[in-house]
Amino acid sequence: MPKDHGIGASPKRREDVRFLTGRGKYTDDIALQRQTHAVFARSQVANGRIVNIDTTKAEAMPGVLAVFTGADFADVGGNPAGWLINSRDGEPMKEPKRPVLAHGKVRHVGDAYAAVIAETAEQARDAVEAIEAEIEELPAVTDMKAAVAGGALVHDEIGTNVCFDWGWIEDNRAATDAAIKAAPHVFTLELVNNRLVPNAMEPRASIGDYDPGTGDYTLYTTSQNPHLTRLLISAFVLGIPENKLRVIAPDVGGGFGSKIYHYGEEALVLAAAKKLGRPVRWTASRSESFLTDAHGRDHVTKIELACEEDGTFVAFRTETYANVGAYLSNFSTATPTFLHGTLMAGNYKVPNVYVNVKAVFTNTAPVDAYRGAGRPEATFSIERIIDMAARKLGIDPVEIRRRNFVQPDQFPFTSAAGLQYDTGNYDALMDKLGDLADLSGFEARRAASAAKGKLRGLGVNSYIEACGIAPSNLVGVLGSRVGLYDAATVRVNATGNISVMVGAHSHGQGHETAFPQVVADMLGIDESSIEIVHGDSSKIPFGMGTYGSRSLAVCGSAVVRATDKIIAKARKIAAHMLEASDADIEFKDGKFSVAGTDRSVGFGEVALKAYIPHNFPIEDIEPGLEETAFYDPANFTYPAGAYACEVEVDPETGVVSVERFTAVDDFGNVINPMIVAGQVHGGLAQGIGQALFEGCTYDENGQILSASYMDYTMPRADDVPFYTVDHSCQTPCTHNPLGVKGCGEAGAIGSPPTIVNAVVDALQRGGMSHVTHIDMPLTPARVWAAMQG
Amino acid sequence: MAKVSMTVNGAAASGEVEGRTLLVEFLRGPLGLTGTHVGCDTSQCGACVVHVNGEAVKACTMFAAEADGAEVRTIEGMANADGSLGVIQQAFQDHHGLQCGFCTPGMVMSAAALLKDNPKPTEAEVRKYLEGNICRCTGYHNIVKAIMAASGQDVSAIAAE
Amino acid sequence: MYAFEIERPSTLAEAVSALSAEGAQALGGGQTLIPTLKQRLAAPEVLVSLSGISEMKGVCPDDDGRLCIGGATTHAAVARDAAAAYPALAALASHIGDPAVRNRGTIGGSLANNDPAACYPAAALASNATIVTQNRAIDADDYFQGLFTTALEEGEIITEVKFAIPEAANYQKFLQPASRFALVGVFVAKYADGVRVAVTGASEDGVFRWSEAEAALSSDFSAGALDGLSVPAEGMIGDLHGTPEYRAHLVKVMTKRAVAAAG
Repeated sequence: MPKDHGIGASPKRREDVRFLTGRGKYTDDIALQRQTHAVFARSQVANGRIVNIDTTKAEAMPGVLAVFTGADFADVGGNPAGWLINSRDGEPMKEPKRPVLAHGKVRHVGDAYAAVIAETAEQARDAVEAIEAEIEELPAVTDMKAAVAGGALVHDEIGTNVCFDWGWIEDNRAATDAAIKAAPHVFTLELVNNRLVPNAMEPRASIGDYDPGTGDYTLYTTSQNPHLTRLLISAFVLGIPENKLRVIAPDVGGGFGSKIYHYGEEALVLAAAKKLGRPVRWTASRSESFLTDAHGRDHVTKIELACEEDGTFVAFRTETYANVGAYLSNFSTATPTFLHGTLMAGNYKVPNVYVNVKAVFTNTAPVDAYRGAGRPEATFSIERIIDMAARKLGIDPVEIRRRNFVQPDQFPFTSAAGLQYDTGNYDALMDKLGDLADLSGFEARRAASAAKGKLRGLGVNSYIEACGIAPSNLVGVLGSRVGLYDAATVRVNATGNISVMVGAHSHGQGHETAFPQVVADMLGIDESSIEIVHGDSSKIPFGMGTYGSRSLAVCGSAVVRATDKIIAKARKIAAHMLEASDADIEFKDGKFSVAGTDRSVGFGEVALKAYIPHNFPIEDIEPGLEETAFYDPANFTYPAGAYACEVEVDPETGVVSVERFTAVDDFGNVINPMIVAGQVHGGLAQGIGQALFEGCTYDENGQILSASYMDYTMPRADDVPFYTVDHSCQTPCTHNPLGVKGCGEAGAIGSPPTIVNAVVDALQRGGMSHVTHIDMPLTPARVWAAMQG
Repeated sequence: MAKVSMTVNGAAASGEVEGRTLLVEFLRGPLGLTGTHVGCDTSQCGACVVHVNGEAVKACTMFAAEADGAEVRTIEGMANADGSLGVIQQAFQDHHGLQCGFCTPGMVMSAAALLKDNPKPTEAEVRKYLEGNICRCTGYHNIVKAIMAASGQDVSAIAAE
Repeated sequence: MYAFEIERPSTLAEAVSALSAEGAQALGGGQTLIPTLKQRLAAPEVLVSLSGISEMKGVCPDDDGRLCIGGATTHAAVARDAAAAYPALAALASHIGDPAVRNRGTIGGSLANNDPAACYPAAALASNATIVTQNRAIDADDYFQGLFTTALEEGEIITEVKFAIPEAANYQKFLQPASRFALVGVFVAKYADGVRVAVTGASEDGVFRWSEAEAALSSDFSAGALDGLSVPAEGMIGDLHGTPEYRAHLVKVMTKRAVAAAG
């Protein structure tokens, strides 16, 4: 029987009621008295020198209140990168300033160089057109290898387009080279991990408000992590003291990474609100989102796999060019390095791994973490070349993976890429996949497809990811400039209901439903009396936010620790009430009892007593029942999975249809299976999107060609099938109190190579043995072209 | 500026609008009905779908002036009279057909329009009908399932938790 | 959007009068025009909405057996009301855009805009439809004059489109996956005096007739009749979604499928 409450149950989501009735409160839904509107002037060239910006006419336009340019922010700080990466030669990475508004140069199409504040948005838009900007267009660089080779510079002052040239693990390089040289089989694949636009359905929006009476600032913004945004604005960009800046991320309509980062528009609306003494609001159009949201992926990789005759992996060696775009976004240096290179051993006991990553500036929008963030790139490279090796060696693709899996008795296992996997059982996942995906029935389905003129293919994949980002000690060694713990406060109110303030931010993940399941289980009380508070820096102690599948593993652990403290204090109060010693008090099912007696008090009675402490021993017990915990994980968590996909290819047109998709994941313990399944579904659609539909393309002049939904293909309902998902193979995380691993990114990590493997399989089975790889997205035109040879 | 009057969710609503004022701007601004969302500027995402005279339309691709005299229904008008969730809304909650909630109002309004014309749609019909509604969170699985459930069909065989 | 006024005439005569004003532009369903206005790519002073003119709406046969569709008739109405008389046309209408777009977008608006990837131009050209305006009737063969270009004069609006009903017809649309316009769309219509094949989405010159296919199909209305033919890639559109060679290939594939489906 499925549980009906607490951990492991799937209660209906409580947040749904407001969203389903139109009562969600997203940033753009907030209207403030006397509000004004900001519209940005954005570069139409990819690389240009700002010769002059004349705002005189714009300032005289109807309704215009102020015009800002880069010069107004020349003296404030830049938006920093969160991770310091050192190159192989020990040199620190290049960190050109990322200003609030472009000053001196514009560096990508969409780069904002001015902003108009007016009474209405249309008036501001009119005035933006009246700004006379003289921008001398310079040659642009969009191709990474060309950018490395020389030519146009994105940032003149650093004299190179190479941000860093990183080796991982540099000390293993020689051994890896030697292993590859000695191996009987070496397979090589050059591939592109296509650039994606995150496309959360809610465009970014920010409202700045300033109270001249108190000097307090408030920023309402579409953020996955309001505290980090506050920290960046306070400590680096505007210097507003943190105690005078409140950042509120209300309901947020999806993020997928793109709303982790601080963007210049947030600083602008705050600065403008102070100058005008009125609220200043800005909401991106979707067109602006395409130009300015941090994009994802964009790697060009050469990977080599060395094998023994029997398919045993000897070494992986990778050389990757990673596009960081025109400026370093906050996590952009971590994504291609420590979220990618460290995963390049996959689920395999391969002894040698070496990764070289060159991060490259180009005249394109910044690139940063997007759902999966580095791990999809690693998985794609590994799982594509394994598929190629299996085919060439004549070994079944499932079998070659099994021969190389880390075995259950090898955990904790230190991979050749330097991570210590705490637990896992990859064969169990593959066994489950074989059953659920009915792999043995594929041949019959293939024959049925052939009978209607379609080429059917089967693709499999196994992946591992590092989630629960992240242990502060470890990431500090790796270059992170922040700790990546999280925090929670559990406030038991006098009448027994509970507010839990969490540093994680829910923008689709269902925290308001799932977190109470944890607390309710621990306290033995009803979930409905527990409320989650998130997204407001003034209400929550601190938080590093929601990304990297970390909310439950890290913030959820903080909730557990804070609840443990609540129980400990309540136990003392109960002991006082029961006139017993603490050590004799047992807590079970919401009741404190004196061991061996029938004397007990309920949790609610203890809560009330905490706030009516007429006879407390005040030396020993403070009034009140509220506890805070900061939780810093000891290690990453390591979700893993095995995926299978069957596609049909139309040999006449190249159209690929996804016929079956099965995802078997090990997320450790599961708090809310319904929500977990939903997270996997969404990740799968994004991965299918990357594999078949989505691709952000710039031309050689730096103009973005896929700048709207007219040209950037979002997966629609009729592009995907019903998925089969399973998370019953559980090896609980060994180092966090819930035994959870995180589920938010898995679908997007595991699915792209599964799809591409399936399409290549279909074409190979269809007699097109020349097709060994097709770069994503596998659009009909690309598949058809590949079929032509 | 011109005066427009319409019936919105059964109540009279009127206001002064410019020619260029979109229906969605009129709903979200003067009327304060912020449940109807704007997710794109090329008429594709469907977050703004409302019903005008009983037909689903994209409120971002229709001027407020064109709705003068019309009956308009938005997500705020989809609950039962007692405030409880309507059948489609309830099915979305029961089957986890939403995550961030941003596309949800448009999805519900499109689903209502579909079921009015086609009370028992097949899976393929539901998927096809939703081609003008983009969701980035759910992978559509539970949206399709919820709509089929709302139509009274047994969805217990469809995989999911 | 730039500022403009909206007028909502209720008769054709009022609309024609309103459109004679300086800076006036017709507004059909707005499903293309409004996104264009949002990009500030057009700056009308007055938009004359045609959606309130009942005499421009509806689907009915005329005395010559042709199907007459009012210029302000929505795609949804065509999909519903033309289904019995001209199923291939109704099917085409039912796959334009998405359901909400079909409830606003109109046949007159689509034909007046003549987007090179729109569906209706293929149906009109393959059916040699008559495009009727307040001033005259124009044969489809004379009406389409290249990308976004038609025989319409300033202020001239499509009041009605008349389709001769073919013996057999079918439209095959290969989706441009993002916009869901036609990457290639082929409308095949078989009449007593011959077969017409119109192709949209593919050519840099907009909708066109594939005369070699028409000749082959007029003597043998079967997919096999097209085996020896091919469309040159030269002049086909090349973009993110397909090369000229791919589009040329699809023209043939879609034509064969349309013939097979038309039966």
